[in-house]
Amino acid sequence: MRQIAIYGKGGIGKSTTTQNTVVALAEAGYKCMIVGCDPKADATRLILHAKAQTTVMDLARERGTVEDLEIDEVLLEGYKGIRCAESGGPEPGVGCAGRGVITAINFLEENGAYADDQDYVFYDVLGDVVCGGFAMPIREGKAKEIYIVTSGEMMAMYAANNISRGVLKYAQSGGVRLGGLICNSRKTDKEYELISELARRLNTQMIHFVPRDNEVQRAELRRMTVIEYSPDHAQANEYRTLARKMAENTNMTIPTPLTMDELEALLMEFGIMESEEEVAVV
Amino acid sequence: MVWGPVKDQITISHGPVGCGQYSWWARRNYYNGQTGINTFGTMHVTTDFQEKDIVYGGDKGLDAAMRELKGLFPLANGIGVLSECPVGLIGDDIEAVSKQVEKDLEIPVVPVRCEGFRGVSQSLGHHIANDTIRDHILGKGGILEEETPYDVNLIGDYNIGGDGWSSRKILEEMGLRVITQWTGDASVNEMKIASRAKYNLIHCYRSMNYICRHMEEEYGVPWLEFNFFGPTKTYESIRKIAALFDDTIQANAEKVIEKYKPVMDAVIAEYKPKLEGKTVMLYVGGLRPRHTVGAYEDLGMEIIGTGYEFGHSDDYKRTYPVMPEGAVIMDDATSYELEEFTYRLRPDMIGAGIKEKYNYHKMGVPFRQMHSWDYSGPYHGFDGFAVFARDMDMTVNSPTWDLVRKKK
Repeated sequence: MRQIAIYGKGGIGKSTTTQNTVVALAEAGYKCMIVGCDPKADATRLILHAKAQTTVMDLARERGTVEDLEIDEVLLEGYKGIRCAESGGPEPGVGCAGRGVITAINFLEENGAYADDQDYVFYDVLGDVVCGGFAMPIREGKAKEIYIVTSGEMMAMYAANNISRGVLKYAQSGGVRLGGLICNSRKTDKEYELISELARRLNTQMIHFVPRDNEVQRAELRRMTVIEYSPDHAQANEYRTLARKMAENTNMTIPTPLTMDELEALLMEFGIMESEEEVAVV
Repeated sequence: MVWGPVKDQITISHGPVGCGQYSWWARRNYYNGQTGINTFGTMHVTTDFQEKDIVYGGDKGLDAAMRELKGLFPLANGIGVLSECPVGLIGDDIEAVSKQVEKDLEIPVVPVRCEGFRGVSQSLGHHIANDTIRDHILGKGGILEEETPYDVNLIGDYNIGGDGWSSRKILEEMGLRVITQWTGDASVNEMKIASRAKYNLIHCYRSMNYICRHMEEEYGVPWLEFNFFGPTKTYESIRKIAALFDDTIQANAEKVIEKYKPVMDAVIAEYKPKLEGKTVMLYVGGLRPRHTVGAYEDLGMEIIGTGYEFGHSDDYKRTYPVMPEGAVIMDDATSYELEEFTYRLRPDMIGAGIKEKYNYHKMGVPFRQMHSWDYSGPYHGFDGFAVFARDMDMTVNSPTWDLVRKKK
């Protein structure tokens, strides 16, 4: 069983990419599971064709304690037999979502959610490794592979670099490794070259460049992945390619995060940011 | 420590039940009143956090608890919300909840962000508590029918074992009117009207100097530190306090001293022969490491070491002058350091807290718990000195210590 965690800046397309990739893997005959680690609980809607599934924490809150839950109530099967769970958590601005992730993952583990015949478990994690709770999926004995979804936008790259710092910490204390960057294109200038170079500097690879296509949005509006909605579309093949590359990936590394100065220098090199001297002249 | 003794307010420990259990009635702050009717000192309320409260926030539970409390105890004059560590981590907006409930229930609701992990010691908690008194209570109404030139506040006495009452008695015999007593046996009304006193007489400088400084700046109420441990210091303090007032008070002060001196002399005559020359090492909090020195000396005992758990530099400045030449002064000592000091200095008696108590019992060294007076007291004032002397005698001269096997 391979356990994989997907991180990346908020809104970058982690959930969409994860669900499409998992469907492609399921299509290829693998048994897969998705664990959503975000209070928004939107990591499984394209698989379950539902607005949002019952989450571990929401049900625990209703019952009083997580001990009162049955695994079947929170682990649902969706398209192509993909098993889905969501940690759930508070509405924005209150409580501690990180603790919710810890509780939910412990519950799933203790109740045998990770069946032996499972080939892949994907953790779809909220944005950055903001606190211990959101590092839960990459701790000892859990996901050993990380993929970071990014784009050519500066803040997405900044987040990718920051996540690499989190991975580095857990690479040293556990066995977690970075599998690569997934570029979810925003059609920014020289995006392919820029992310390839960022990947090289981080001692990893850009495993795939997913082009921007509105077919993804059309499918999402119908609560479906592209592969289910329009299996013959070119975009569906992009996700199949990504899934194949991930399945075959053996390039697992310990990342080498950049300093803020190095990251800015990289952006200047690609002409995205003006250097301070140039700004001063203006 | 500061809010807990206020008797007609209900104090909520906002957090898991374990935090509440450990802050429950640990200090024996005595008070008058009917518990559960108009006073709530020995009761303790917790919001009993569960995992779901951590994840989803405890603010709704807090809101519900406060409304329920007002229904159960309609005579409560205030509610204090003291947040425990987990609340600080998850960031419950206790201020917003308190503000709303205060409006609805029409009693003061005071949010106190005193999570245990804040600051280097418990001292920051005292400061935070003082600030909340300043922001939510002090000067906000309250009933004081008439004012006299002899109105004083007795500040920083937590009435442990009745300490505040034996101090108050002296002040009243001097002809002063103690309009408020903080916070031992205090009421919410007293906290409100304190700014109208003529003087703040402060016992525990460490925990309440902040509010005294504020009252001085904001309301022009001057403050004076005093020490009612042991007759020598008590006489000294009585005269110092009297000097702030007119001839009547000064004459009364002398009468008070005259009245109690024979009683105090009798206590000394009884216990000094049994305690003369015995050495003492102290390690306590607040003001005791320096304030009790005089009381021991009145009994002929010698302080060879003292130290604070959470002292600041101003505490040490006040300590050096009262310590005999050659005494050891320590700050925030570890268990190991205390043990090592004990073996090297060989004191006849240790006065420290509950954390040290059982170590010393095992070491076979006579020990007195000087935070709660080992469930005895009072130790303040004239009434207190008789109890103090008896307790020290029974500690140092108990034959029990000889039955403990000791490290040579």
